[in-house]
Amino acid sequence: MEHTSPLERILRGTALTLVVIFFMFPIVWILMMSFQTNETILRIPPQLVFKPTLANYTALITGKLTTAAGTLDIAFMRNLWNSVFLSVTSVAVALLLGVPAAYAFARHKFRGSEDIAFTLLSFRFAPALLVLLPLTLYFQKLGLANTYIGLIWVYQLICLPLILWIVRGYFEDIPADIEYAYRIAGHSWFATFRKIALPLAGPGIAAAGLLAFIFAWNNFVFALVLASADKQPVTVGALAFITSSGIQYGQISAAIVLSITPTLALALYAQRYLVEGLSLGAVKG
Amino acid sequence: MASLELKNVVKRYKSQTVLDNLSLTVADGETLVLFGPSGAGKTVLLRLVAGVIDPDEGKILIGGEDMTDVDAEFRGVGMAFQNFALFPHMTAFDNIATPLEASRSSQSAIKAGVESVAKLLKIGHVLSHKPRALSNGQKQRTALARALVGSPPVLLLDDPLRNVDAKLRFEMRLELPRLLADRGATVVYVTQDYKEAMALGDRIAVMSQGVIKQLGTPEQIYREPANIEIARLFGDPTINLLDVKPSRDAKGIYIGLSNVQVHLAGSYETAVGRDCVIGLRPEALAFVDEATPAAIPVTVEAETPLNEKIVTLVRTVRGREILVSRPAGTPGQTEGRAHIAVDGKSALLFDRASGDRIGSKNVVNLRSGEAA
Repeated sequence: MEHTSPLERILRGTALTLVVIFFMFPIVWILMMSFQTNETILRIPPQLVFKPTLANYTALITGKLTTAAGTLDIAFMRNLWNSVFLSVTSVAVALLLGVPAAYAFARHKFRGSEDIAFTLLSFRFAPALLVLLPLTLYFQKLGLANTYIGLIWVYQLICLPLILWIVRGYFEDIPADIEYAYRIAGHSWFATFRKIALPLAGPGIAAAGLLAFIFAWNNFVFALVLASADKQPVTVGALAFITSSGIQYGQISAAIVLSITPTLALALYAQRYLVEGLSLGAVKG
Repeated sequence: MASLELKNVVKRYKSQTVLDNLSLTVADGETLVLFGPSGAGKTVLLRLVAGVIDPDEGKILIGGEDMTDVDAEFRGVGMAFQNFALFPHMTAFDNIATPLEASRSSQSAIKAGVESVAKLLKIGHVLSHKPRALSNGQKQRTALARALVGSPPVLLLDDPLRNVDAKLRFEMRLELPRLLADRGATVVYVTQDYKEAMALGDRIAVMSQGVIKQLGTPEQIYREPANIEIARLFGDPTINLLDVKPSRDAKGIYIGLSNVQVHLAGSYETAVGRDCVIGLRPEALAFVDEATPAAIPVTVEAETPLNEKIVTLVRTVRGREILVSRPAGTPGQTEGRAHIAVDGKSALLFDRASGDRIGSKNVVNLRSGEAA
């Protein structure tokens, strides 16, 4: 950093600014739109100065969508709650199942272990729609269609392979000697898993959990097909804003802002642990 | 306290045999050093004893009890790893305390135990640090403290001085024997450093390719190595190895070095006329004046003064290079032409084809040999 000429600094600053503008523009624009009415949004040319209104947020929170054609009921808050519930529960279940499985795959090479691990990963290769059609029929027979349990189960297709494969890598990176040392010190394998493997793979588990959460949160097609209105997450619920009397840009923007907030908050919160995880490279002697 | 016994242990990885039908007994309270190049199977052997890997065949007995199928946590061994294997998320104190926690000691007993072993190893002031904040020497001592703290009857030390600097290694080489003797534990110590092996071992087992090539006291291994490989591994500077073909005359068996007949003391009858290799320790060679019987003419090529000794590289008239070592401060030739004499009593004779040493245990003590 000592030998940066003024020209280099200016160029670098410009490049960084451009990149930031490029990536941040849509989000900033959406944030601005969420405080405007449809008329101000659709004004040509668009204007940066406007009178902010909270009408969009009020509409979402009260559930009354006022359009030119009259008042519509929307279940956005319900959808938001569904998103939170489905994503959190799915990730929790996937962690509960996936982390011990990842440990087993990492530490105990048994006959066919690679094949099983790969099969689990291959669930992610299949196009969702290909899986969905037969799944819908089975779910209807089993009475799982349009239930939270059914949805959480299907969400495991998204979360479980992700967690399994990421966490497995973290477990494999822990030198086996560290776990041996704990065993030799007189602790059972379960205590070793709990006191040594879990804390050391903690950042990896957090990263995998966060990623799985984002994937679950953003899922659209599973919930679209398998759930009816009262079980649908925001991704599907957002369709309600395309009304017969036009698209409610203001409300859509407000909905987007509300629905990315939990993920964003979680990511910012988890960032600390993720960075800590990367700097925990001192694991190796 | 416990003896340790391995009976016909075999360990394979895929098609490779890492330990081949290995049997070994370590007496109660004895320190056995496993010495050998990397890949010899030393670490695998330690891990088998610790119980973290299982043998494919054979039995492992600790204190006379069959432990082959007993899980690691019930074997009552302590182990220090080459890479320390400290728990990175725990402080040094918690690291050392883990064996005591497993035995459900009270908090005060744990504290007392950790502090006493920490004091012994001089790491009392860093107990609150995490491994990341420890120097290599402190890490090594913490790992050692963790192995010692529960007073296990069997201690397994896997090259614990490998990753520490030379000064600390030297200090620990001096400290460890007493430390281990005080504990009274049965110790298996793995190392690749022959000086460490000589300093620490009651007995040394020289391993190579999954088998024990020689088992004996440090003295025996040095004076009576079973083969050329072992002779080369022990000693610094390394032993001089020269191709020879022994002959016989009225005075006994002799070898020809640069047209000079050097008589060997010992029963080498079977070696006459065979292709052999003579092993001459650098310290068994000495500069002499020309008049000395059987003095070999050489040219001095280079001299390396080490602190306690001076090593000289000389070349015979036939162009063979020989290292001569003498204590620092003693006179010797530094350049030009010179003569050296061979101590025929301490010479080692090996069969060239097999590499095995020829002759029975006939080698006299080096010190008396030098005096002669």
